[in-house]
Amino acid sequence: MTSAVKRLRLWGRVTPYLFILPWMIGFLVFTLGPLIFSLVMSFFDWPIVGSREFIAFDNYLTMFRDDPLFWKALRVTLRFMVLFVPLNLMVALGLAMLLAQDVKGMAIYRTCFFLPSVISGVALAIIWGWTFDGQFGLLNYGLSKIGIKGPNWLNDPAWAIVAMVIASLWGQGATMLVFLAGLKGIPKELYEAAAIDGARPAQRFWKITLPMLTPTILFNLITAVIASFQQLTLALVMTGGGPLRSTYFYALYVYENAFKNFDMGYAAANAWIMFVVIALMTIILFRSSRLWVFYES
Amino acid sequence: MAGHKSRWVSRVLLHSGLIFLSLLFIAPFFWMLTTAVKPASEVLIYPPKLIPSQWHFEIFKEAWQAAPFNRFLFNSILVTFLSIIGQMFSSAVVAYGFARFRFPGRDVLFAIVLATMMIPWDVTMIPQYMLFNKLGWINTLKPLIVPNFFAAPFFIFLLRQFFLTLPLELEEAARIDGANPFQIFVRVMLPLAIPALIVVAVYQLLNAWNDYLGPLIFLNSQENYTLTLGIAQFRGVFNGQTQIRPMMAVTLLACIPPVLTFFLAQRYFMEGVARTGIK
Repeated sequence: MTSAVKRLRLWGRVTPYLFILPWMIGFLVFTLGPLIFSLVMSFFDWPIVGSREFIAFDNYLTMFRDDPLFWKALRVTLRFMVLFVPLNLMVALGLAMLLAQDVKGMAIYRTCFFLPSVISGVALAIIWGWTFDGQFGLLNYGLSKIGIKGPNWLNDPAWAIVAMVIASLWGQGATMLVFLAGLKGIPKELYEAAAIDGARPAQRFWKITLPMLTPTILFNLITAVIASFQQLTLALVMTGGGPLRSTYFYALYVYENAFKNFDMGYAAANAWIMFVVIALMTIILFRSSRLWVFYES
Repeated sequence: MAGHKSRWVSRVLLHSGLIFLSLLFIAPFFWMLTTAVKPASEVLIYPPKLIPSQWHFEIFKEAWQAAPFNRFLFNSILVTFLSIIGQMFSSAVVAYGFARFRFPGRDVLFAIVLATMMIPWDVTMIPQYMLFNKLGWINTLKPLIVPNFFAAPFFIFLLRQFFLTLPLELEEAARIDGANPFQIFVRVMLPLAIPALIVVAVYQLLNAWNDYLGPLIFLNSQENYTLTLGIAQFRGVFNGQTQIRPMMAVTLLACIPPVLTFFLAQRYFMEGVARTGIK
């Protein structure tokens, strides 16, 4: 009797863990294990076939001292980030604010703005590759209509990265929807009170909308920073990193070291640097949020 | 009266702005469609012919037959379907565990679930590749399917939020009837969670259907390609401006399932975003 009760108790204690077991296995096998393993690999000369050799910090030293491509890839990624992150937030917020007006047909506009975000990165890259065509592309035709002579986008080292930013902005839908949800969450009374006080639209934006949205902005900011670092599909399909490596993103650098040069140890070290940089940026953003994010309490 | 008029003017301005912006977002799709169907002689001309003089819809068939796209389609459907099944079931089980039980370490473990969403795939990708290589799974569809049976953090989060909103009484009634936790989960909770499971299915459909890097890394012979990979390779083979029409045609066809899903399941989609509830 008592042993049966004991067994039942034990069973009751184990049950919750059985429910979360699939995640625990997946986490160990596909996330934590690989995370640790790649850190170990980064201290080895680890070709995909052949013998591996412990080389301590050599991969990291090579990267920092003797590999101009590392710095190039980092610069390209930072340049993209500096352009993309603020533009992405501004465009998405602007569209969300337009959609938040109670106008007829809002659902149709929302569908249009979001539609590009449901297709694959490959499709997006192919569509834009052709739209950016310097000679016959739709974009330069449109620009010529308003008197601008467009550049030869993807073949011009100065403009290729801008082209990537434009194509990425086209797929901003998720950011917009998060902003839209954030806007819907702002209590109407705040605006009503402001209207009674005679606040103008600009004042309402700066004094109510923006402060109330700061938690949403923080979320979108972090997501956009991480996305910039993982930008790979567009570069792979649209430019291959060119011209003159002007779109040689960091993720492309990692990919090529791993699956073109088959230098797995080096690529693991590259990836870990990326991980550390992303983690640092996220921590800095979270820390800074105390200064500018407004939390209701 | 004056206020009425200015309000009317601002409505018109707002709508024209929204229509103009919508056109900007739709234009590349339209450009893709007209490029695909226009006669070859109208592709490389300036100024571009926005409305083709003839619409050659047979290009879709020709382009589709130019590579084993039927095979790619089959692979994409297989991967998408199985990964949806895997995510729906495993994420629901795990989410239920986090939502309805108190157990030592729960909060720490859930914090880890959330934290893993921020880990870049690039860091885990190389060891994963080597693991799948050891298992003999490279150049099979398994690496694209099997991991989806171990619950994804985002879906765990989404479904946990949903389970938290359900009243406890339902489970209590079942417990009094003598059902064990697993029976309660399968018979009582899963049916109630169907709306949330559809949200998961829609998101996973887009993830799996649109995935490019997974297939690119794990697959290498053509008969195993998925549609996105097939199209990207097709682009390599049919390089240059002359092959732009078939390229646009197959790309357009590959966009149909996600776009259609989005139209049919828009409500669930928006719900997913709303439920992410930041703060």
